Amino acid sequence: MTTTIPAPRTPYAPPKKRRVNWEKWGWLYMRVSGVFLVVLIFGHLFVNVVAGNGVRAIDFAFVAGKWADPFWIVWDTLLLWLALIHGANGMRTITNDYAHNPMLRRLILLAILASTVVLLVLGTLVIYTFDPCPANAVAGTLPSFCPAK
Amino acid sequence: MPENSAGTLAPPPAAKLKIKPPRLSGTLYRGREGMWSWVLHRITGVAIYFFLLVHILDTSIVRISPQAYNGVIDSYKQPIMGIGEFFLVVAIGYHALNGLRIILIDFWSVGARHQRLMFVIVILLWIVLIAGFAPEQIRTIVLEIQGHTNP
Repeated sequence: MTTTIPAPRTPYAPPKKRRVNWEKWGWLYMRVSGVFLVVLIFGHLFVNVVAGNGVRAIDFAFVAGKWADPFWIVWDTLLLWLALIHGANGMRTITNDYAHNPMLRRLILLAILASTVVLLVLGTLVIYTFDPCPANAVAGTLPSFCPAK
Repeated sequence: MPENSAGTLAPPPAAKLKIKPPRLSGTLYRGREGMWSWVLHRITGVAIYFFLLVHILDTSIVRISPQAYNGVIDSYKQPIMGIGEFFLVVAIGYHALNGLRIILIDFWSVGARHQRLMFVIVILLWIVLIAGFAPEQIRTIVLEIQGHTNP
């Protein structure tokens, strides 16, 4: 066995490439997004579940009315991205804790990643391609601001 | 411990030398506030995650047609879903409050020292939140039982 021992007093050379500490950034993301989510989710719950007639008031026209305002478009986009990534990262942590079989672990992590990407794309497209007055609407389902309601 | 510690540590009294049987609970972490806050945080987190997956999908139906979306949302206006909604808000309430406690433990200089007191505060605020939301939600569920699905 040949091991080259550096001369005494050779200064410590740090590894050339410093890798990104993803676990650290994930840890920080949970805390930063968590603070935002407290505001975003309780605001969302108050407006949709508590205020007025609560969940009984929600229908297509209710959603169209909210998304006619850019404020709620930004709110719901932030909610979608921050909450789903927060949840997926939490599920990743739990998977790493309990899934001891490496194959099973990789499979679950892949499923979490795939479902997260699909739902982020789907949700974002739904918000930004939303049509409040679609042609296929049955009478009486459209918001009051549509030409044909 | 260094051998020449010059006797600064008095030998422990004989009574304290008795070896206690190992316990699973009642230690600094296990079976105490630290562990139970963590367990509840995981359970509520997983529950909220699976609701979120369903909720993104059901909201996406607004893009299909107004009548398709209204049909799905009407199922949320059933009494059984009203009960589910109550537990969802309860779970979110705990996860949010305990999450803020975790942030304080990690970033507040004396946070870790007060984690137990903060857990008590979390539980108290949680009870206040549930007490505030429950009458509202019971009213909703009663109206749903009476058939007022569309106001």
